[in-house]
Parts: sequence; structure tokens; C-alpha cells
Amino acid sequence: MSLLDYFKISKASTASLAKERLQILVAHERSSRNQPSYLPQMQKELLAVIRKYINVGQEAISVSFEQDEDQETLELNIVLPDLPIKNT
Amino acid sequence: MARIIVVTSGKGGVGKTTTSAAIAMGLAKRGHKTAVIDFDVGLRNLDLIMGCERRVVYDFVNVINGEATLNQALIRDKNCNQLYILPASQTRDKDALSQEGVGKILDELKKDFKYIVCDSPAGIEKGAHLAMYYADDAFIVTNPEVSSVRDSDRMLGILSSKSRRAEQNEEPIKEYLLLSRYSPDRVKLGEMLSVEDVQDILSLHLLGVIPESKSVLNASNSGMPVILDEKSDAGQAYADIVDRYLGEERPHRFIDEDKGFFRKLFGGK
Repeated sequence: MSLLDYFKISKASTASLAKERLQILVAHERSSRNQPSYLPQMQKELLAVIRKYINVGQEAISVSFEQDEDQETLELNIVLPDLPIKNT
Repeated sequence: MARIIVVTSGKGGVGKTTTSAAIAMGLAKRGHKTAVIDFDVGLRNLDLIMGCERRVVYDFVNVINGEATLNQALIRDKNCNQLYILPASQTRDKDALSQEGVGKILDELKKDFKYIVCDSPAGIEKGAHLAMYYADDAFIVTNPEVSSVRDSDRMLGILSSKSRRAEQNEEPIKEYLLLSRYSPDRVKLGEMLSVEDVQDILSLHLLGVIPESKSVLNASNSGMPVILDEKSDAGQAYADIVDRYLGEERPHRFIDEDKGFFRKLFGGK
């Protein structure tokens, strides 16, 4: 390695910055790409049904979809409030 | 058995048409009867790059609409009698191409041609969709630049879910990476993504690297596919790519910088 190379490495190159940004972005975009197309609509409808019975805010419900080799998991997480039952 | 190759990228200006013209010419020059189709309806340019713009009478849309036969619309290349060009229409009607229409033309071409090269328009709209839909092989043209790499990845997602092979659960489209406008000098300086960087991100089989080259503009100025400029670096890069695609062993070139006098002096490897 020459003296010139040494100076080059000492400051972070824009190429490595580009690679890092791309790796994060591409991983994120790939994970959402593999989701079934009905997921957003189903998520909306699930939320509507749950909120009909339980008084929770939008942020108390989270839906995640994961996929590996041989199974797909749909995870629905609801944080129940102290007084869950709505007066009907 | 005929093979349909789509040249695609998502992003515009990365060298799709240059690549389509070069590889179609390369395949034809090696004796394989080849057709190259411009899918960029409304913005046709393959005819200019191939130097046959003054011989266009009928186009792709005329054939789909039954206003001309395929034989009337195909233009025989002036440099190689194994190569035919099917120009795009200049119509502004976005729906001029239909999936059935394109399928019918490709089926007809398959009877007579060994390779059918589909030059995709930029973007992910209808033209790009139809260009890749029937493909057997995909050449993903990518520049070592963030927006191009991202769009290529997007295109890979579309190839693996929206193509005919994907829809019919057949063997997936074979995908190849063509990294164009590459500057080894800038890679060395840490100013440009390297071949390895792009491969790490896209995990694609590298078919070849095309260096940034003056010969590409000279070739398009004169309407000669750059592969015919056998002395040029880009022309040789495309020739290697065609050979590799046809199954021959060719070591990768144009990845490392030229060792000029000053680099030797300052300790280039």
C-alpha cells in the first residue's frame, strides 16, 4: 500500500456511504415487497373491527408480517387499555 | 428454441438502448438470427442507435393492429443480414401495446429467430411491463450510482412477481447484471461504488462491466452499435458480454484502472 492509499482510507469515502445507504434501503424495500397485496386492506379492516369493541387508539395496535423459508407469520399486537369495554 | 432477452433497468439513461443494440448486433454477428424490438412507444430511439431511422415505414403498433405484416415492419440491418429491427411507434396512445398483441408477435418471431432482444423503456409503466413479461433472460443494466442500483432492485422484484414465468410458476427468468459507465479510477478513489459493492447489494450474476467510454457517444452519433467499434473498450466489453452469455469463458476486464505513468510513480498496485 502506498502513502497515497493511506490518506485515501483515512477519510470515509462517498462510495462506502452509498453502499451503506443502499444496503439499508434495499433490505427495507425487499421486506415490504414480499408482503401479500391484500395486507394493507386487511390491516385496515382488522383495526376497524377491533376498535368497534375495544376503545384503543391507532398506535395501540401493530400488525407485522414475516416470512421465512417455510412459513408466513401474521402478528397482531394489541395493547389493551385499563378499561377495555365500551358501553354499548 | 428461441430465447427472449429483455434489456431493462428501471432508471432512464443508464444505457439500455446502447446495450440492446450492441448485444443484438453481437449475437447476429456470431451467426444467430436475431430481432431487436423497441418497446418505448412514443419515444422510439433504437432506430437512431441502429442507424436505420430513415428506413422506418411500419412499426410495432402497426403490426399489432394488423395494418402491416411482421415482415413488412422488420428492417434488415445494413451491417449484418442476420439482424432485424422492429421499431417502436411514435404514437402518443399509451395503450397502443396490449399483452395479447405483444405475445402474438413474439410467438411469430420465435418461429424464425434464435434471439429476440426487447429494449425496455425506462420506468415501470406498461411499456416496461410488456417488454419483460414474456422474457426468458433479463439483462439488468445498472450504473454504479445509488438511484440506478435502487431502481434495478425494484425491477428485480417486478421480474420475479409480474412476469409470465412468475405468474405461471415456471422456472424464473435468468437475471444478469451489466454494470455500465464504470470508472475504475473513481472506484479506486472511493468516489464510485465498485463491482463488488453493486453485486453485494443486488446479488446478481455479473455478465460484464462496460467502462465509461467516449466510443459510446461516437457510436450513437454515427448510428453504429458500439460493438462494431472493435478497437474501443466499450465495444470489446460488449463482445465479451455476448460471448459469456453464449457460454464461453472470458475473464472480466475493465474492472481495474489503467496503470499510467503517474500511478506507477505514486505506487499503484
